[in-house]
Amino acid sequence: MAQTVFEPWNDPDAKPIIQFKNVTKRFGDFTAIDDLTIDIYEREFFALLGPSGCGKTTMMRMLAGFETPTDGTILLQGKDIAPISPNKRAVNMMFQSYALFPHLSVWENIAFGLKRDKMAKDQIAARVDEMLRLTRLEKFARRKPHQISGGQRQRVALARSLAKAPKLLLLDEPLGALDKKLRQDTQFELMDIQEKTGTTFVIVTHDQEEAMTVASRVAVMDHGKIIQVATPAEIYETPNSTYVADFIGDVNLIEGRAEQDGDKVRVAWAEGQPAIVGTTTRQFDKGQTCHFAIRPEKVAITATKPENIANAVKGKIHDIAYLGNISTYHVALPNGHMIKAQAANNRRLSRRSFTWEDDVWLSWTDTAGVLLER
Amino acid sequence: MRKLTWFNVTSLTLGFAFLYLPMVILVIYSFNASKLVTVWAGFSTKWYAELFQNQAFLDAAWVTLRVAVVSSTFATILGTMAAYVMVRAGRFYGRTLFSGMIYAPLVMPEVITGLSLLLLFIGIGLDRGILTIVLAHTTFSMCYVSVVVSSRLVSFDQSLEEAALDLGCSPWQAFRLVTLPIIAPAVISGWLLAFTLSLDDLVIASFTSGPSATTLPMKIWSSVRLGVNPQINALSTIMIAIVTVGVITASLISKRASVRALEDEQAAART
Amino acid sequence: MRRFTLIAIPYFWLLALFLVPFLIVLKISLSDTALAIPPYMPSLDLSEGWAGFMAFLTELDFENFVWLTEDDLYWKAYLSSLQIAFFSTVLTLIVGYPIAYAMARAPEEWRPTLLMLVILPFWTSFLIRVYSWMGILSQEGYLNQALMSLGLISEPLIILNTNIAVYIGIVYTYLPFMILPIYAALEKLDGSLLEAAEDLGCSRASAFWLVTIPLSKQGIIAGCFLVFIPTIGEFVIPSLLGGSQTLMIGKVLSEEFFSNRDWPVASAVAIILLLILVIPIILFQRNEQKQREAEK
Repeated sequence: MAQTVFEPWNDPDAKPIIQFKNVTKRFGDFTAIDDLTIDIYEREFFALLGPSGCGKTTMMRMLAGFETPTDGTILLQGKDIAPISPNKRAVNMMFQSYALFPHLSVWENIAFGLKRDKMAKDQIAARVDEMLRLTRLEKFARRKPHQISGGQRQRVALARSLAKAPKLLLLDEPLGALDKKLRQDTQFELMDIQEKTGTTFVIVTHDQEEAMTVASRVAVMDHGKIIQVATPAEIYETPNSTYVADFIGDVNLIEGRAEQDGDKVRVAWAEGQPAIVGTTTRQFDKGQTCHFAIRPEKVAITATKPENIANAVKGKIHDIAYLGNISTYHVALPNGHMIKAQAANNRRLSRRSFTWEDDVWLSWTDTAGVLLER
Repeated sequence: MRKLTWFNVTSLTLGFAFLYLPMVILVIYSFNASKLVTVWAGFSTKWYAELFQNQAFLDAAWVTLRVAVVSSTFATILGTMAAYVMVRAGRFYGRTLFSGMIYAPLVMPEVITGLSLLLLFIGIGLDRGILTIVLAHTTFSMCYVSVVVSSRLVSFDQSLEEAALDLGCSPWQAFRLVTLPIIAPAVISGWLLAFTLSLDDLVIASFTSGPSATTLPMKIWSSVRLGVNPQINALSTIMIAIVTVGVITASLISKRASVRALEDEQAAART
Repeated sequence: MRRFTLIAIPYFWLLALFLVPFLIVLKISLSDTALAIPPYMPSLDLSEGWAGFMAFLTELDFENFVWLTEDDLYWKAYLSSLQIAFFSTVLTLIVGYPIAYAMARAPEEWRPTLLMLVILPFWTSFLIRVYSWMGILSQEGYLNQALMSLGLISEPLIILNTNIAVYIGIVYTYLPFMILPIYAALEKLDGSLLEAAEDLGCSRASAFWLVTIPLSKQGIIAGCFLVFIPTIGEFVIPSLLGGSQTLMIGKVLSEEFFSNRDWPVASAVAIILLLILVIPIILFQRNEQKQREAEK
């Protein structure tokens, strides 16, 4: 199957639709965005992920035109957008609160932006109907925003911001107001719509699961800086720092001293414990402090010591968190260190092999974790 | 469900009797045939007939109405602008002075407001009449309007305006098409408040008007200083009736609107 | 540019029609009375430039304020205004609190109607509401007629044109200002707090003193200021219901201005009145601020 993979960021000829060039934004003494440079490509579903106050919303508001950078430039298709006021930008935004106009019907809300463009009446009607079909809202066209449910409001907000066929759609925590079940359904719907319309989406979220699900690339932000930009899989499997490793999913972090031998690194981390063996492409100095990060599901838990494996440590089960499909075991090592291991519950509860205070062996291969400098 | 104790029933009964009895008596005695206002001598509507033939009262009523409509309209425009500046304009030079000037007239005794405006009008040589009353009323009512409108603007979701800009509105279009329709109820109640304040005002009008313009409260004032007067009773009854009908209608409309909003919400919850 | 226009229009309106007139009052209060048109000295003559302005400044003095302290009419009027304002505020509180309390305890479906009944007089002419008491309180008025026909009194009581009538008038017209903030505070009061107090051993009365009153304190303070502040400068009520011995500063001010045509003294009276009002206004603002912060 000769399907081309969508990864314009690896194509040196691809022209980015959005370029942040050394952008800084200060509010008084507070630096919201700190010398940030990034490219976003056409048809991407780009997620800005980070805790609140990390600057992700400021980035989005600068794209929409509600804030201007203190320093640096933002280019849209190669043109500086600083002099263009929000109402003239080919960028639309879906607001966190949806910002649906309460005095207008669903139909009028969607038509609002089109009317501003002085489009012909029949063209407006056709476009609004198309949007209503796309978001499955045909039945609710005449209703006012307060007469429909939260999920429907979210779709109206999406339809309204897509109606003008923007080059770039900004979504500010688009699913934040929905309950968990609805949120998951809506995530797939969003991806579907993004694919159908071919619009570039930039989404701001603090929900890492949401970012991982919908995005083609995720930018993890902290204190006005981008820590890592990569595909969801890369972010999860090969985080570039303990911050990213810790922010995305669950992780065991072990600090130790490195001793490198080719692509293998031995990490001495505790008295009386064998050194951890990992693989890396980086260079560590001898004795350099490093962090070994491993996901709980990559740690195997067995009753007897497994043979032929790079790392194995003995411990006692301290706690079990039963989550239905999986269980997380908190295993205390003799030196008091706690390591989490996850196992799928493919047996019934009564036949489960481990319980509290059991002595167990934890093991992982030399490629299961990553070695991080900081 | 709480039960009303006898104490609560008594205080409500006595309280509302106190509030309404004087007005009820006024209304009843406006239909008294006798010229001696405190002695009942049979039912009559002759004071109403006399009132409607009293050209001075009719002229004063016409002046008052014109002043009230014009000044409350200007006060609403200026007050809404002022509210917008207070809530949205952010920092600007002299902001503290500006908010001081918005709030001060609310607590300023009417005699001082009246006196200061009169001295201004004399100082700049402006002839006192309808124009000066309109200027005075606009100035103090705009402050009331701005308080009413800004309390609505504070709770206004600013992202609605941003959404309008985002969808291609100019700032003025965003205000006209989004902000104004949503804050309209507050703007209308601001207008009604300004209108009532202007209709009602005696002190400021007395200071700022000249011989060419007498408002209804000034006319009432000069006749009641001489004592109770059956024509004034009739006039009061008409004014009370208009206000009562107006307030009850307004509250019925808003009640129906809130019932509808509740039904809508329930309908939304079902879908 | 657009932002500038938006700020400038209301700003300059208020500057021209609020601040400038106020400064004129201040200036005239420092001038001397003169038999001229306008009846005060000096007038500012800018044709002589800076020197003329300085000459103008040197002619201003505090003579009128000294005069206010010398003639006991004025300070008596201030004192009596404060006294009347204070006692009528207390009376309004005594009358208004039970009504607000009963409204807040009334069945929920009654409350909008009760509230409307309290607000309704707001929209009715202030002058007419004061006037309605003239017929009731006069010597041959309805109150005396009723009391005499009941045989409670043999001689008509003299109420109109006394301070008693002024108190009645103030309580009557300002009652809604007292009821509304107290009602707003009491309505928010969670009924389970009283149940908790009783559960912990309070009697009904002590629960009222220890829970209801403290929790409605902000409303009481707000209501008192809303009555006290406008009452000090009140003009209509003392003129219509009060007598010749009723001294209130609002009345004195307009007599000084219209009857005596003494503009400088009237202006000085106004300035002092404002200075007196500054304290309660600041206290009121602080109370409101506290309330807003508590609600956050």
